[in-house]
Amino acid sequence: MKRVVITGAGTINALGHSVPETLEAFREGRCGIGPLEFRDVERLAINIGGQIKGFEAEGLFNRQQMSLYDRFTQFTLIAAREAIAQAGLEFIGELAAKSGVVLGNSGGGMTTLDENYRHVYEDGKNRVHPFVVPKLMNNAAASHVSMEFNLKGPSFTVASACASSNHAMAQAFQMVRTGMAPVMVTGGSESMLCFGGVKAWEGLRVMSKDACRPFSMNRNGMVQGEGAGIFVFEDYDHAKKRGAEILAEVIGFAMSSDASDIVMPSKQGAARAIAGAIKDAGVNASDVGYINAHGTGTAANDKTECAAVADALGPHADKVMISSTKSMHGHLIGGTGAVELLACIMALRDGIIAPTIGYEEPDPECALDVVPNEAREAKVDVALSNAFAFGGLNAVLALRAV
Amino acid sequence: MDIKTRVIEIIAEQAMIDQSDVTMEATLEDLGIDSLGLVESIFAIEEAFDIQVPFNANEPTESDFDISSVASIVAGIEKLVAEQKS
Repeated sequence: MKRVVITGAGTINALGHSVPETLEAFREGRCGIGPLEFRDVERLAINIGGQIKGFEAEGLFNRQQMSLYDRFTQFTLIAAREAIAQAGLEFIGELAAKSGVVLGNSGGGMTTLDENYRHVYEDGKNRVHPFVVPKLMNNAAASHVSMEFNLKGPSFTVASACASSNHAMAQAFQMVRTGMAPVMVTGGSESMLCFGGVKAWEGLRVMSKDACRPFSMNRNGMVQGEGAGIFVFEDYDHAKKRGAEILAEVIGFAMSSDASDIVMPSKQGAARAIAGAIKDAGVNASDVGYINAHGTGTAANDKTECAAVADALGPHADKVMISSTKSMHGHLIGGTGAVELLACIMALRDGIIAPTIGYEEPDPECALDVVPNEAREAKVDVALSNAFAFGGLNAVLALRAV
Repeated sequence: MDIKTRVIEIIAEQAMIDQSDVTMEATLEDLGIDSLGLVESIFAIEEAFDIQVPFNANEPTESDFDISSVASIVAGIEKLVAEQKS
């Protein structure tokens, strides 16, 4: 079995257009959630989100690319450029042939769908742009990353709703660990912040109208975000040989299915994934210093997740720090685990724990150390990243400081 | 059709039971309607009466809309219809 390390990271999300900007926001406990800006927003009951502001795709992509890239693909490529530049890798020859890209995504090109449905249904047009299909397919982002960086190995997109990125990264980890690929580009992205995307979520009545307050007694729902997080997972020996900077080591993962309800989470399913990741990593529960929570800010998730952590970690649950950065960047659905992995890297490498902001009142059903409102300095050796999706599909990753 | 009859019809359809089995004292739980079924029932009610029902699944007891029994739901809808249709 190979050791697997992270040698590059990139992101764009509501907190920043790069990893340094995002980590700075994590340290400051800054909120990236604000009023949504897009067509017909006034017809929505939910008007807030973690929307990326000050973003201009013109200039970053040429005319032909612009006609093929939905917003989720644009975000992915921006994050991939940052991650691969940091890793300092050029994919040629055998490295290119063996290295691939596995990304998480849930909705595909929602903006493209929204705009084109408008053309044909609302405006009554009978013709759509010829690239609607290649633009909206949810493997478009992975394919464009493979094309831009010459990644010719195993490449595909994983869709498991809110756990998509974690499932994708677990898959990429496994490919490097088994020696199938020396390098995998992985992570995920999402862009559902358009009229149809938010309208669909509104229907479930689980969205907050004012803020995402994970674990706080007065929490009243989730807030959507958008963006991408991309990482370079590399064989440790390969990275060491070329003298690459190592951000953290990925040491294990586990996946589980609740097999019970399409939207309600299960404590047992989540606990099995957490315990499974610890076991796969070959560490003890007491080694875990930080958990980046799924922490959506809904009544159901947060109490179930806390019970699952208590179940999987036993008495050590009272000592572990667990925070939800969704309070700052919102819930990026299929891209969320990727952006949240940055908080794990920050904890392991910089010794700074990202806070759960918006925390106002303790909830006895979420009685863990949720790092309320302010970042904290702490030495952490092992971190976990939780993702528990609609459909009961769970994936947890374990990382270690190097 | 009056509001009460229409609401009972919607609840009976959601619970997959006879309308005669929907009593006014029953809770949705008694009738076998879970959280997902509740959200779907509220949607059907909004469509049937062309009203907006203020309801967030994260804080079901916080909203003005009382879902504790069939009777309270009917009363709540009568109030909303009166307010929103006047």
